[in-house]
Amino acid sequence: MNRPVAPDALVHYVASEKLADLKPPASVLPPWPVALFRTYFGTPATAAITLVCLAILAWTLPPFLSWAFINATWTGTAAQCREAGGACWAFIGEKFWFSVFGLYPYELRWRPATVLVIFAVMVALSTQRLFWRRELVYAWFAVLAVMWGLMGGSVLGIPIPGLEPVATRLWGGWLVTIFLSVFGLAMAYPIGIMLALGRRSKRPIVRALSVTWIEFIRGVPLISLLFIATFIVPLFMPQGVEIDRLIRAQIAFIVFAAAYMAEVFRGGLQAIPKGQFEGADSLGLNYAQTMRFIVLPQALKITIPAQVNTFIGLFKDTTLVLIIGIFDFFTTLRSALGDSNWLGFATEAYLYAAFVYFIACYTMSRYSQRLEKDLSPERVR
Amino acid sequence: MIRNFVLAGLAAAAFVFGPTAAEAGRDLDAIKARGTIRCGVQGPSNPGFGVPNAQGVWGGFNVEVCRAIAITIFNDPSKVEFVPVTTQSRFPALTNGEVDVLSNNTTWTLTRDTGVNRFNFPAIIFYDGQAIMVSRRLNVTSARGLNGATVCVQPGTTTELNLADFFRQNNMTFRPVVIEALDELRRAYDQGRCDVFTNDFAALAAQRTLLSNPRDHVILPERISKEPLGPTIRQGDEELTNIVAWTVFALIDAEEFGITQANVDQIAGSATDPRIRRLLGVEPGMGTAIGAANDQYARTIIKAFGNYGEMFERHLGVNTPLGLERGQNNIWTKGGLLYAPPAR
Amino acid sequence: MSTIETPPATKTAFWNDPVKRGLALQTVLIVFVLLVVWAAWSNMSANMVARGLIFGWDYLGRPANFAIGEGLIPFAPTDSYGRAVIVGLLNTLRIAVVGIILATLLGVALGVMRLSSNPLLARLVSGYVEVVRNTPLLLQLFLWYAIINTLPGPRQALPLGPGMFLSNRGMKVPWVEWSDVLWPVIWALVAGIIGAFIASRALQRRREATGDAPPTLPIAAALIIGLPFLALAVQGFPATLTVPVLQGFNFTGGIELSPEFVALLLGLVLYTAAFIAEIVRGGIVSVYKGQWEAARALGLPAPRIMRLVILPQALRVIIPPLTSQYLNLTKNSSLAVAIGYPELVHVSNTTMNQTGRAVEVILVFALVYLTISLLTSAFMNWYNGRVAIRER
Repeated sequence: MNRPVAPDALVHYVASEKLADLKPPASVLPPWPVALFRTYFGTPATAAITLVCLAILAWTLPPFLSWAFINATWTGTAAQCREAGGACWAFIGEKFWFSVFGLYPYELRWRPATVLVIFAVMVALSTQRLFWRRELVYAWFAVLAVMWGLMGGSVLGIPIPGLEPVATRLWGGWLVTIFLSVFGLAMAYPIGIMLALGRRSKRPIVRALSVTWIEFIRGVPLISLLFIATFIVPLFMPQGVEIDRLIRAQIAFIVFAAAYMAEVFRGGLQAIPKGQFEGADSLGLNYAQTMRFIVLPQALKITIPAQVNTFIGLFKDTTLVLIIGIFDFFTTLRSALGDSNWLGFATEAYLYAAFVYFIACYTMSRYSQRLEKDLSPERVR
Repeated sequence: MIRNFVLAGLAAAAFVFGPTAAEAGRDLDAIKARGTIRCGVQGPSNPGFGVPNAQGVWGGFNVEVCRAIAITIFNDPSKVEFVPVTTQSRFPALTNGEVDVLSNNTTWTLTRDTGVNRFNFPAIIFYDGQAIMVSRRLNVTSARGLNGATVCVQPGTTTELNLADFFRQNNMTFRPVVIEALDELRRAYDQGRCDVFTNDFAALAAQRTLLSNPRDHVILPERISKEPLGPTIRQGDEELTNIVAWTVFALIDAEEFGITQANVDQIAGSATDPRIRRLLGVEPGMGTAIGAANDQYARTIIKAFGNYGEMFERHLGVNTPLGLERGQNNIWTKGGLLYAPPAR
Repeated sequence: MSTIETPPATKTAFWNDPVKRGLALQTVLIVFVLLVVWAAWSNMSANMVARGLIFGWDYLGRPANFAIGEGLIPFAPTDSYGRAVIVGLLNTLRIAVVGIILATLLGVALGVMRLSSNPLLARLVSGYVEVVRNTPLLLQLFLWYAIINTLPGPRQALPLGPGMFLSNRGMKVPWVEWSDVLWPVIWALVAGIIGAFIASRALQRRREATGDAPPTLPIAAALIIGLPFLALAVQGFPATLTVPVLQGFNFTGGIELSPEFVALLLGLVLYTAAFIAEIVRGGIVSVYKGQWEAARALGLPAPRIMRLVILPQALRVIIPPLTSQYLNLTKNSSLAVAIGYPELVHVSNTTMNQTGRAVEVILVFALVYLTISLLTSAFMNWYNGRVAIRER
């Protein structure tokens, strides 16, 4: 193609060098102290708000800071803590590894430690979009199997030679929290997609079953699912077959997460324009192909932020296993509060737990916000 | 049968998650096939009775009872898996086979023995009674002066029922604060949420050691109930019942005969008393009769943990933080209630 | 893809016939589900027989023998398990209703504040929202309960306002002593509400017709507050407002909110309000900027722009997620089992332990929650429909 060439006569209307920036009118950009003053004390209402905020900060922050940092004890014994009067971070230091590993046999702690390292590496890799390929999904499932095998000493009931079996009731701490939430998500993902498709299916029985699952699970509190898993599911099993308590709780989480993920996916499916389906039809794709190649890739992509939010919810909800006596991170930490040598440091323990959960959840939510921008630049206003 | 086919499918699905399949049938067979006995202990911990140390190894009075049972069955005190249970989850855990024996101060009552729960209490290991703890500041000397009190109590226990009965009998009212987790409940009491903390006496003594100022609290003299505590198993296995019962009796007999951890070997070598010779397996037959691993089970137990009195003094006695007197939990010859049937 | 070959016409195999395939698929599915249910059911029956468990509702009529700390209706240990369940349900509804109202008020306020032009306020609120949203509710409940328990005792209670005291025994607030003479006041209040409703309708019609009418709010307020006041005045103010007064060890007068209730309420309200704040903010942001500019061009002051122009439009975006927050709050109230507020799950839990009837007890509370959830959804859908109709 030949580009049309501008006639010479027009060329000198085009600026050949950048003109100097014009200063904004003086009224728009006051000097910074004035701007600052206007922002915080511009009107009586703003001034009042600023003063109230400052008062709240002045009232809460200094006592907290002096308790948490200035008078805090970072290493030492309970007696030293009580003497100092501030926060006793030495307690957290003393119980840190217990809160990570729980009651896992002491001499075998290298196994959960390895699992944590593998998990951290996988998470780090997965956040890089460079690695977003189908192989990553396979890798995750392989890694989850390896993690499980390393923790328990067996995979699918087959013992691994050289690894002493460790019953799931001895698992604890961060590990249980990670397993409950990550396994919950990994298993709930495919089930959730099936439920979401089932809910939009034309077949009445498929639809009814999907709707029943989703609405029942979403209509009852998670506690009732955990109770069902703890007290009723064993009754459903034939005589002699028993499933471990942690695994029953894990199944409850999968069932729970699947229902919520299904609703997330349904939102994504509803957002796909009809033209996409018609386009797929006109290409002669069947239902499975339409979903596999056209609809799901788009629906899953646009719901990634919602998926992350659901996962954050799931992650926080793992604390509920406290009520059925499973030693997740929070329960393990609370059991450390019963140590008669370290009595009365509940606040420190709760703050430490809150800090860990906050870091994890906040990182995830920021990451999902960034993804939202990266993945759908056209949607960002 | 189709049902079994479906079950096989379900079971196969279950295997994906790596379950532990147990043989159907009698509990003792299942325990022997598995190679360990699962023992439910009070979680997260119960000072004196069962506490995990920093490495997660359990110790305490109730824990040693379980290890003694493991010696009787396997001749090995390490063949026990400890499962922490709560007051809420203990009965479902036992019913569902998650544990084989509860050793967590469960009270023997008629309904638990016979009703929907259907458990067996082979022997009583600890005679207790429900007691009431108050702060010294309140200047209360009798439980009858507690009208209108706020009471910290654990749900799902005989304690909760006795409490209601006691206040009703005495025409008093109370306000319960009901929290399942014992440590949360203790914190609530410690911080003044309740006037009164009630539990079995021994458990209350244990909890008192964990208060911020144990000396500020007094346990009132009244015992408002009888609480015979013992290892609890499912009903329907006579052999396991025998093993648990005679393990407990061996501990009691050993104290009655003056056999201790230190002198058990010497006594076994020199004893002429036929009762002692039968108990320690010098004269064979008793171990086989109860289905123990060998005839020397009692001797192994005493060598490992000592007799009843030694276990008591080590974990619960006056020289421990719990500071319990022997009281009812003494040998019958010394004015207590501990009385073992003759081993013959 | 150069040419398209027409396939030779053959008889379609049944797996290629969508109708037949669908039927087959559904038959297989339903048979599978029925088999699983049947297997679970027959296993359960067999297991219950083997373990000596019985299924039945007879336990609901038996005396419970345990006490319940607080409730809207009196409960004694001699009352039945059935009544215990009702006490628990009422406690759940109490916390849910109060919690929803407070969480909505706080959440809307926080959502608007987060959009404040004052960066200090916006940052503070956004910090609060992020911290609360990103930590588990259960942890927050424990923290609140621990904080309330470390408060001073009744004799050194913190005064919160006129007649309101917070101590480690809970919160004391003034309350109207109930008596029969109050019935006229109640009826006056009802009449006032109905009157205010009719008046506002009439005023709105007049405004639409003539563009001019006296303001609605003062008239409605006068009706709603004035009529009951009049009823009281006619009877010579017989109602006794009891105000908490310290006497001996504890307060007398007023009503007491237990620490468990206060901790649960605080936890649920602060947690849910953070989510509602985000929803409200999202709703307000979603209103097209031109609406603000147009309203400002008309000379409306900022609060009225918010109330008359922005919020009505934002509501459409806000209502659906708000519904699920209300349901979440109701369901989350079940976490009270950990801190001892005797709501439905807590009472059920105790019942389950004392009777051993796990299946029945869990069935009851799961169905109750399901009913509450479905009813709330239905109501909010109806309301959502009403809001949406105004779109022209």
